[in-house]
Amino acid sequence: MNERIKKASRHTSQSEGLIFEKSSPGKRGFELPPLDVPAADPSKTLGANYRREGVEGFPEVSEIEAIRHFTRLSTWNYAIDLGMYPLGSCTMKYNPRVNEFVARLEGIASEHPYQPQELSQGCLKILRLLEKCLLEITGMDAITLQPAAGAQGELTGLLLIRAYLQKQGNPRKKVLIPDSAHGTNPATAVISGYEVENIKSGAEGQVDLERLRQQVTEDVAALMITNPSTLGIFEHNLPEIAQILHDKGALLYMDGANMNALTGITRPGELGVDVMHLNLHKTFSTPHGGGGPGAGPVAMKKILEPFRPVPILVEKENGRLALEPVRPDSIGRVKAFTSNFGVLVRALAYILAYGPGVRQATEDAVLNANYIRKHLEGVYELPYSLPSMHEVVFSDAIQKKNDVNTMDIAKRLIDYGFHPYTTAFPLIVHGAMMIEPTESESREECDLFIDAMKSIAEEAATQPEIVKTAPHTTRVRRLDEVAAARKPVLRWKPGAPRSQAAD
Amino acid sequence: MAYPKTFRYTKEHEWIEVKGDLATIGITDHAQHELGDVVFVELPKPGTKIETGKSFGTVESVKAVSEIYAPANGEVIEANGDLQNSPEKINSDPHGAAWLIKVRLTNAAGISDLMDAAAYEAYIAEKGKETSA
Amino acid sequence: MRYLPKSPSERQEMLAAIGVKSIDELFSSIPERYRLRTPLSIPGPFSEAEVIQYFKDRAAENASGYSSFLGAGVYNHLRSVVTDSIIQRGEFLTSYTPYQAEISQGTLQAIFEFQTLMCQLTGQDVANASMYDGSTATTEAVLMAERLTGRQRVLVARSVHPEYREVLKTYAKNSGLRIEEIPFTKSGTVDVQALQAALKDDVAAVVVQSPNFFGAIEWYAPLAEAAHAAGAMFVVAITEAVSLGLLRPPVEADIVAMEAQSFGMAPSYGGPYAGVIAAREKYIRQMPGRLAGQTTDSEGRRGFVLTLATREQHIRREKATSNICTNQALCALAATVHLTLLGKEGLREMAEQNHSKAQFALTELLKIPGVKRSFDAPFLNEFTVELPRSVKIVNSHLLREKIIGPLALGTPYPDLTKHALVCVTEMTPRTEIERFAGAVKRALEQPI
Repeated sequence: MNERIKKASRHTSQSEGLIFEKSSPGKRGFELPPLDVPAADPSKTLGANYRREGVEGFPEVSEIEAIRHFTRLSTWNYAIDLGMYPLGSCTMKYNPRVNEFVARLEGIASEHPYQPQELSQGCLKILRLLEKCLLEITGMDAITLQPAAGAQGELTGLLLIRAYLQKQGNPRKKVLIPDSAHGTNPATAVISGYEVENIKSGAEGQVDLERLRQQVTEDVAALMITNPSTLGIFEHNLPEIAQILHDKGALLYMDGANMNALTGITRPGELGVDVMHLNLHKTFSTPHGGGGPGAGPVAMKKILEPFRPVPILVEKENGRLALEPVRPDSIGRVKAFTSNFGVLVRALAYILAYGPGVRQATEDAVLNANYIRKHLEGVYELPYSLPSMHEVVFSDAIQKKNDVNTMDIAKRLIDYGFHPYTTAFPLIVHGAMMIEPTESESREECDLFIDAMKSIAEEAATQPEIVKTAPHTTRVRRLDEVAAARKPVLRWKPGAPRSQAAD
Repeated sequence: MAYPKTFRYTKEHEWIEVKGDLATIGITDHAQHELGDVVFVELPKPGTKIETGKSFGTVESVKAVSEIYAPANGEVIEANGDLQNSPEKINSDPHGAAWLIKVRLTNAAGISDLMDAAAYEAYIAEKGKETSA
Repeated sequence: MRYLPKSPSERQEMLAAIGVKSIDELFSSIPERYRLRTPLSIPGPFSEAEVIQYFKDRAAENASGYSSFLGAGVYNHLRSVVTDSIIQRGEFLTSYTPYQAEISQGTLQAIFEFQTLMCQLTGQDVANASMYDGSTATTEAVLMAERLTGRQRVLVARSVHPEYREVLKTYAKNSGLRIEEIPFTKSGTVDVQALQAALKDDVAAVVVQSPNFFGAIEWYAPLAEAAHAAGAMFVVAITEAVSLGLLRPPVEADIVAMEAQSFGMAPSYGGPYAGVIAAREKYIRQMPGRLAGQTTDSEGRRGFVLTLATREQHIRREKATSNICTNQALCALAATVHLTLLGKEGLREMAEQNHSKAQFALTELLKIPGVKRSFDAPFLNEFTVELPRSVKIVNSHLLREKIIGPLALGTPYPDLTKHALVCVTEMTPRTEIERFAGAVKRALEQPI
């Protein structure tokens, strides 16, 4: 093991069972103030609905045990606060702490979505300002902040397209999706009631204009494109792509997952995009939290504005803001209440911190990716030669000669103190290694990453076994995913054997 | 693993063994090897009609799902119930105990056009060369 | 800029290492005419203090210092400060989806514990790691029933949250589902006879909510029986999860779609919350959302992994059970920590306090001349009353006394004008309940 390249120290090892295994009747972690009204008798008021024994199997532990339990669990996680996540198209940038602070303010966290609108002008102003900022960034005409995640944003976008085409008389049948697309794209198209037709990428991993011309018929409602592509390469033909679609009455949907390469540099609205979603938990720094929550606002051209999901933020004559729950042509509601508001607050805090200087973040992101690309070119195979933007995709072709593949290299990266990059995606690159450092990585961190990757390449050439059996330094190793899928155990049950927790 | 000479093979890596108007269908050793450890199989119920070239079920590994395509037309008489609890048999005995379905053929035409064992072995050897090129 | 770890000289060095003279060259793939030459017209940059001041100013324009009697799907419950101190740990807050199990055991074990808690609460066999919220969880539960039964008709109780029904409609429009509503009786609960009359062998699911939108508790047995007799699935939506601390769980359900906001998540003007789907074991492969499963590593130690991923979009793509990718993981973690702290006794006590205070509030309100109880069904912490005059007018008087009054039902239910949905939780002191009743009395005494 190359000592020179030991970076972040590994998690603390703790033997920690399930919270249910620590429980004992009579222990409590939280007490309520005493009841100040006469106690009702649920056996009388609720009759057969009464759950006399409480929830069986529920934990019973003290406050200190709860704190220790979850604190110990947390030490088993890698996190942005510890080091780089080079995950492509995830944009794992720093989650500013002031965002957490403002989202928790009394008067922000405490607001009920049904409270009178005259008592919610602060919340509505936050929504309005975020709308304005995101419209400025995307170059679009209208926006909805409702969708709770990127996938829901994609759904909303496709439903907008469908409603628009329907209003013209024919919703059409198909959506074209490049073979390089993220899995949510085809899944979403199907849920929106469209058939998916794949469009094969050109030689440089871009949308092939000739194929597009052939495939865009009057049955096609839209093309879903990611820009930059999932290879990190800018679709410089975007305006022509838009033209081809518009000529046949179809629309251009852009998956905004890769906005971190474009913010402040160019605007999708000016490139011909009709509708797009943004991932606030990617480009706009809201925390991933182990898998969510996120938010997926959808920005659009004027033609789609009438179909926006409700409620719609409007400005009245006296300057007051209001949310309107009814609109005749709206596609309807996509989520109860008013969006993942707390996530929107965090995104706005991020935008305000940067101001117009957010362009610098984009530049640093592209700088970092290209710096890494330069140093790893030749060490790993670069399947596409076009310039990279904020992410670069290598392949394991060179290492495959020694039977070392992208998964192995990714796992070995863990031993060097990094989270793996994105493996085996996009599907059009065999053995893909998708690397996106983001602007949050210092030069030092980039150098450490480059050193690690070079060292692993050397290992793959001279001692492949150590790569193929990685990781070696984690508290659990090579978990049996096959058994987990064949005989799923998805919950603890009382009487379950207290198996040996990993040490 | 040897490829039984009494079977016929498809380009999608299914095998079929015909006995009169009954046939047994499964996936080949090559297919199970490509998939990795099988965790789940979805098979049609008896009575379901299968059609040449159309998918009649799926085989899942941890990270992938594969459709299984019918090599002939027919009606399902029996699906291999063993595979519910022991999907791993597909990995250990794909040509024997891990047969997938038994069908009554409605149209045996086209089966003789399928590859025999030697042709199939040549086919997968050729494919192997393509992917490593 | 404090979030960017680069000095100007480092940028220059890195550009030189790449072999370009300026950062502009790295954007050469974007045609010149599409590159912005002026800065974005957005406010900022703000220092940390200025960011905080901006939001404090907005907070001051909201509802500070008001007593609230609103529920209707979003509930004010006590939250321990311990929960925030855990979910704000960087290892939880800033970690990614646990696809790399070896370095995500913290998240994965917490999810496994969450799934267990949800099963224990709902009386179901399996539960997922969260959906966006209760409304989308309910919708996905219906889509699940559609896949499992192969049928297209869905019967939804009118007493299910109006916004949940709206979301279901939005998704149903494009999947061929036909949604029909089942009325409620004058008890405030689902009309069983109307349900039986509507049931045929083309129904995929019967959807009810309990406690329902009016706060009324449904008795599941006859509803489930009727659904199952017709081969339909019985789906129960739950918006007030605290209710399960005192009410028997929906064991008759095939699928439960629950909103977990009541467990440690602030109201936050509408989100983020956490939906959950819990169901019978046999439906597991049709369940959307992530699942954490227990397994062992190569040395026999227990560990956890995301499992049954072949249901999900990143593998199945267009054949996925759902398009969901990002879920509400951190909110689900908040629920897990919250429930761990509350524990068995704490949750029961919280539910009991809610119930007692709501009973007390009802008693106080019924002392006011003209105020009637709308429905006679049992309730937990929400109930509906009928006022002798417009709820909106009464509420405008209440606002002057710094009370946010109950939800007027006339807009979502035109047949229920002058009815109001009152919610009382453990957070409402007795003095405020009494003040509220007094204010309602005064409002009703105002000349018209």
